[in-house]
Amino acid sequence: MPELEKLQLRNVSHVYVNDHGASLAVDSIDLTIRAGEFVSFVGPSGCGKTTLLHLIAGLLKPARGSVLIDGKPVSEPSTAVGYMLQQDYLFPWRTIRENAELGLKISGRLTKEGAARVHGLLEELELGGTEDRYPHELSGGMRQRVALARTLATEPEMMLLDEPFSALDMHIKLQLEDLVWQTIRRRGQTAILVTHDLAEAAAMSDRVIVLGRNPGHIRLTVESPEQLRSIPPMETRRHADFQAVFERLWSELDHEEQLTSELEERGGQHA
Amino acid sequence: MDSMLDDSNEQRSVHTSASSDWIKPLYTEHQKRTRRRTTAVFVVRTVLLILFIGLWEAAGRNKWIDPLLFSFPSRIMNLLGDMVRDGTIWSHVGMTVGETIGGFILGTALGTLIAALLWLFPFVSRVLDPYLVVLNSMPKVALGPIFIVVLGPGFLSIVVTTLSVTVIITTLNIYNQFREVEEGYIKVVRLFGASRLRTFWYVIVPASFPVIISTLKVNVGLSWVGVIVGEFLVAKLGLGYLIIYGFQVFNFTLVLASLFVIAIVATIMYQLVSILEHRLTGRRRER
Repeated sequence: MPELEKLQLRNVSHVYVNDHGASLAVDSIDLTIRAGEFVSFVGPSGCGKTTLLHLIAGLLKPARGSVLIDGKPVSEPSTAVGYMLQQDYLFPWRTIRENAELGLKISGRLTKEGAARVHGLLEELELGGTEDRYPHELSGGMRQRVALARTLATEPEMMLLDEPFSALDMHIKLQLEDLVWQTIRRRGQTAILVTHDLAEAAAMSDRVIVLGRNPGHIRLTVESPEQLRSIPPMETRRHADFQAVFERLWSELDHEEQLTSELEERGGQHA
Repeated sequence: MDSMLDDSNEQRSVHTSASSDWIKPLYTEHQKRTRRRTTAVFVVRTVLLILFIGLWEAAGRNKWIDPLLFSFPSRIMNLLGDMVRDGTIWSHVGMTVGETIGGFILGTALGTLIAALLWLFPFVSRVLDPYLVVLNSMPKVALGPIFIVVLGPGFLSIVVTTLSVTVIITTLNIYNQFREVEEGYIKVVRLFGASRLRTFWYVIVPASFPVIISTLKVNVGLSWVGVIVGEFLVAKLGLGYLIIYGFQVFNFTLVLASLFVIAIVATIMYQLVSILEHRLTGRRRER
């Protein structure tokens, strides 16, 4: 069923070029993500997780291969893809409402309906009554929720989550995971989460893709069991079958770490 | 309020209310100490001023210093009083203040505009970089004579002399600020598909706004330098002209009186810009 393929990466490689030379960041990635699927990228630092996300968002152009969304090649960022960053980057000179409306304003779609939708979104994310306040008056968790509203306001069909929970306190992080998961599911969006946190990846996604480094490549894919996919992350974490998924990921990454450090040691001896 | 926020505070400070009587005096004591210190500062300041003026006056009257060169306060005040009474002072003050305001507003605007072009066109910025460095280190008031020949002796060449002092430094300061805007904010708008021009309007300008305003403050001071030098060179009116005239007729009382007026007007202007800055940027705070 080709119409269900939301995102396709076809033999994608990316090379960073600067004054010091050219380095291969990700190598020959082939990946298909179905519409409505929630996928996580995990892996050691330097495995190209964020590079992949930037390629999908259109911030970078692949050196080779192609990135297709709905069968069309991605050439530049668009509001069809929403992107959440690790920090909220709310503009301190704009009120909460103005921050949430930013995407609509920039893409010239700030109509009455748009403004009403932003209002509804803020209500939905339990931010009602903060519209006329400024970001510095809000807590970290609230600010990240405003950033979520800003991303959702343009009604993207795909959400790219670039470690959006990693700067938050544990309990706020867990609550926000649930909130984000539910908002995404309610809208039937396709989502990709990049994270360092294996438990988070296992709890939130239908499929976890483990990446290896030097250069970035797909090591393996761990599918979440059916019974874990339809329940929110907080419940998933408490589910009896969760531990098995987590441990599988853990051992894979552990293995990867050992492999790399061995390689580095050997490289060191040769040098 | 918000269910996601007000956790964790439940068992906070149960027993502060029971015996908090000893806390309040600490605060009162602190307030008293602060007030005492403020009073002391004020008193010492005033004494210093009175001593300075008193000594100067005594030294001048008793000829410890040459009164022809250094004059003394009462003489200066008398002269100022005369000039206020016959009204000649106002045209001089008006002229100089007009030139200064024109200079610093135009200078800030032009500098910001050039900085904007440099940011919008990185190629231009790379091309111009060494020229800006040279221009910045050069004493540009030295160009004054050329301006006078080209633009004629008068208001225009004085304002342009002032601009020569302010524009380059403004450009460099603001352009550097533009480049220091955090990458994350730029990424946010780029992800919404914003062009470079839109990025400039939505992120770069508002993020740099406080710096642009504080550049205004720096430019007040620089503009005074430009205006006074300009008036030295050409003017027939203005406080700078009064200084140079006083020097030519060896009337140093007039020189010092003009300097005194400049000090007052410049301070007032600086304070006004400070108030403006506070008005415009007071509401915003960084994270």
